[in-house]
Amino acid sequence: MKLDSKIPEGHISQKWTDYKDHLKLVAPNNRPKIDIIVVGTGLAGASAAASFAEMGYNVKAFCYQDSPRRAHSIAAQGGINAAKNYQNDGDSTFRLFYDTIKGGDYRAREANVHRLAEVSGNIIDQCVAQGVPFARDYGGLLDNRSFGGTQVQRTFYAAGQTGQQLLLGAYSSLSRQIGLGRVDMYNRHEMLELVKVDGKARGIIARNLITGEIERHSAHAVIIASGGYGNVYFLSTNAMGSNVTAGWKIHKQGALFANPCYVQIHPTCIPVHGTNQSKLTLMSESLRNSGRIWVPKKKEDAEAIRAGKLKPTQIAEEDRDYYLERRYPAFGNLVPRDVASRAAKERCDAGFGIEANDTNEGVYLDFSTEIQNKGKQTAYAKGNHNPSQEEITTLGKAWLEEKYGNLFTMYQKITDENPYETPMKIYPAVHYTMGGVWVDYNLQSTIPGCFVAGEANFSDHGANRLGASALMQGLADGYFVLPYTVSNYLADDIRTGKISTDLPEFVEAEKSVKDSINKFLSNNGTKSVDHFHKRLGNIMWNKVGMGRNEQGLKEAIEEIAALKEEFFKDVYVPGNADELNPELEKALRVADFIELGQLMAIDGLQRKESCGGHFREEYQDAEGETLRDDENFKFVGAWEYKGYDIKNEELHKEELKYEFIKIAARNYK
Amino acid sequence: MSAAKNINISLQIWRQKNSKEKGKMETYKLNDVSTASSFLEMLDQLNEQLVNERKEPVAFDHDCREGICGMCSLYINGRAHGPDTGITTCQLHMRMFNDGDTIVIEPWRSAAFPVIKDLIVDRTSFDRIQQAGGFVSVNTSGNTIDANATPIPKEDADKAFEAAACIGCGACVATCKNGSAMLFVGAKVSQYALLPQGRVEATARVLNMVRQMDEEGFGNCTNTGACEIECPKGISLENIARMNREFLSASLK
Repeated sequence: MKLDSKIPEGHISQKWTDYKDHLKLVAPNNRPKIDIIVVGTGLAGASAAASFAEMGYNVKAFCYQDSPRRAHSIAAQGGINAAKNYQNDGDSTFRLFYDTIKGGDYRAREANVHRLAEVSGNIIDQCVAQGVPFARDYGGLLDNRSFGGTQVQRTFYAAGQTGQQLLLGAYSSLSRQIGLGRVDMYNRHEMLELVKVDGKARGIIARNLITGEIERHSAHAVIIASGGYGNVYFLSTNAMGSNVTAGWKIHKQGALFANPCYVQIHPTCIPVHGTNQSKLTLMSESLRNSGRIWVPKKKEDAEAIRAGKLKPTQIAEEDRDYYLERRYPAFGNLVPRDVASRAAKERCDAGFGIEANDTNEGVYLDFSTEIQNKGKQTAYAKGNHNPSQEEITTLGKAWLEEKYGNLFTMYQKITDENPYETPMKIYPAVHYTMGGVWVDYNLQSTIPGCFVAGEANFSDHGANRLGASALMQGLADGYFVLPYTVSNYLADDIRTGKISTDLPEFVEAEKSVKDSINKFLSNNGTKSVDHFHKRLGNIMWNKVGMGRNEQGLKEAIEEIAALKEEFFKDVYVPGNADELNPELEKALRVADFIELGQLMAIDGLQRKESCGGHFREEYQDAEGETLRDDENFKFVGAWEYKGYDIKNEELHKEELKYEFIKIAARNYK
Repeated sequence: MSAAKNINISLQIWRQKNSKEKGKMETYKLNDVSTASSFLEMLDQLNEQLVNERKEPVAFDHDCREGICGMCSLYINGRAHGPDTGITTCQLHMRMFNDGDTIVIEPWRSAAFPVIKDLIVDRTSFDRIQQAGGFVSVNTSGNTIDANATPIPKEDADKAFEAAACIGCGACVATCKNGSAMLFVGAKVSQYALLPQGRVEATARVLNMVRQMDEEGFGNCTNTGACEIECPKGISLENIARMNREFLSASLK
């Protein structure tokens, strides 16, 4: 198989414009003859479904939640980037493009990322027009803040609920189309198979999660926008239902899966509390604008804190190690996520962690300096040039509350500690997956007619995702890329007519889905689905986690292969097929997680370099920074499915070419 | 922080096979629950126990488990989202309970939210209300004016944001003695009424959304205010007042 990225010729700043000018169109009167299926209704899926319906196509949209409004995009907190340069700090399309490529450790496609930067401004215009209530300044104009990995203020936000507000914007557009009868919405449905006819994607098999009914749905094109696969680790910041099933099913049908080893470990999550934990909670990266990260300088202080004998507020300023500010003075607490995460791990591994549990993993995110600074500033702004310490503290806390109030409340509810009084405890956790289904410039997978958008594809983030860029990609794909590229593909389909769901391909796909369900329900096993999922998570976190090495990866590959055998033999799934059955849903998803987990380890093993979210312990410099190998690994690693044994998957390489950006070592010092 | 400890509890849970069959309360014992666990993690623990006993686990709705998706929906000891304020069920922690407690867990109780199974209810009526007008009719092409071309007073933007913070969980309906959805609908109407982008079609919006709300079988508001107290996102009753004003002026047009 030869990978053709279909990147258009021409100068980077003109590629997308010229390309769009020459794409084929479907005339408005022909669009009602064409059906499109969209799987997933987060930022990418909802915006795509709304856009296709707006254009006049017939759209069927599917989500496993009870409403499209609940897709996990809703949980994104901090913000969305756009090169608007409203703050006059030198931002531009090129700079956003450059920062994203650099942040992706030169493992993303230039052309895709430039397109993303180009349409970023349109996204903000579109969302504001839809009534998304972004934060504003007193002049009534949009406010901005900065995020990790950048030196400009280009992040638009809505308190700590930016994802929610953007998703509700996309959901409102989708709702409008549903109300008008142009989108058929299938809530509480899960796609379990892709149906190909003559090699092209022509429909899906879905399970109605309430009745258990297996349904056939046909279309002229299928869009997968089903999010990321972070739940391979069991513990992650992903929603509990987030799964890889749609992506993995199309992989088994011939779509290549790219860079699965690239997983972003987010630096600011609430540390694990105990063995019954189901989920990790992120604290927005925007907090790093105001919080200073530190651990005690002295090991005995860290020990005393863990033993409950010392409070962080009792550690004198000179006894604190603000290790990010020390190591990376240019970016300080705003270094990119992978750098911040590894630095926290390094300090904790060295014995300076502060969390009182069996891992001792945790560092402080301290707002006391900001309370003082902003308190003073606010007092002065109010004309009080001689404020008392008490006034300063009160005003400083009020400032923090206005900016991050909901995040502070959330932290307090979970940990029972007040972050206005004592520093937050944070530790890195699995957050976002940069790998995903391989797509070309059109966002089409290697299966004709099957497109993949948002976190489900691999394309725009490279090896590492900078803050506030995932929301951007989801909406860019759905609103501004797919409408053009899918139309181009569908231009050849205006005479095809309705695709019958009675075709033998549908019958066969339905049968295979039913068989796998029945196999689970009749399996005479003894252990719960979660039992296996947690074991998989353990292997993944310990051996395919924040730091990987050859031995660990090799062990992981074997252990997961053995776990897979045991899972299919010994899993117990209660209940029936023809009813709402959450254990069955989980079993079907965990089967896919196990196979993908193995591929993640295989991909990590072949990539003998450290880049972004993929840190191979063998490849680091004297100071513990990543050592990339551009000569040998400047490629996208895309895997082809070769049957039941994942070890047989075949690696295909898409060489990455950097024509408009000079590759350099990534240095945040 | 109070140190985590383990407690033993008794649970009374509503079990209902599906929307057609009658349900009943069942009692379960659960030991060694860490007070650092969330309420839903406690239910995970119960379900693990039930699966190991080869019994059918309890079905409940949940997803993000960080208080924002609005999917979790339990009525705990007679209160929507349980005995704490300003939170969803996933943010409720077992440190709120004591060793030996009996905890009663029911689904949302409202005619407009029929039970699907056990603790899971159907809230698609909220979607249909939104589909009737909870949007700004703008094409998704991106060919709109620059985002800063229409300044919005910070106060209006902040108020619109506060209304938009509604997560659509349905606690307001579940806790209202009339099963009214006016806090939810009021929040939606307010968000758009406060922004210049939404004003053009404000009249049609409020009339359509209120009509749909009535058709779905939600009750009326009698200003008891229970909804505001149980709302995990602190959505204010002001929004109901604003909706009523919008509705009145739309009806007079």
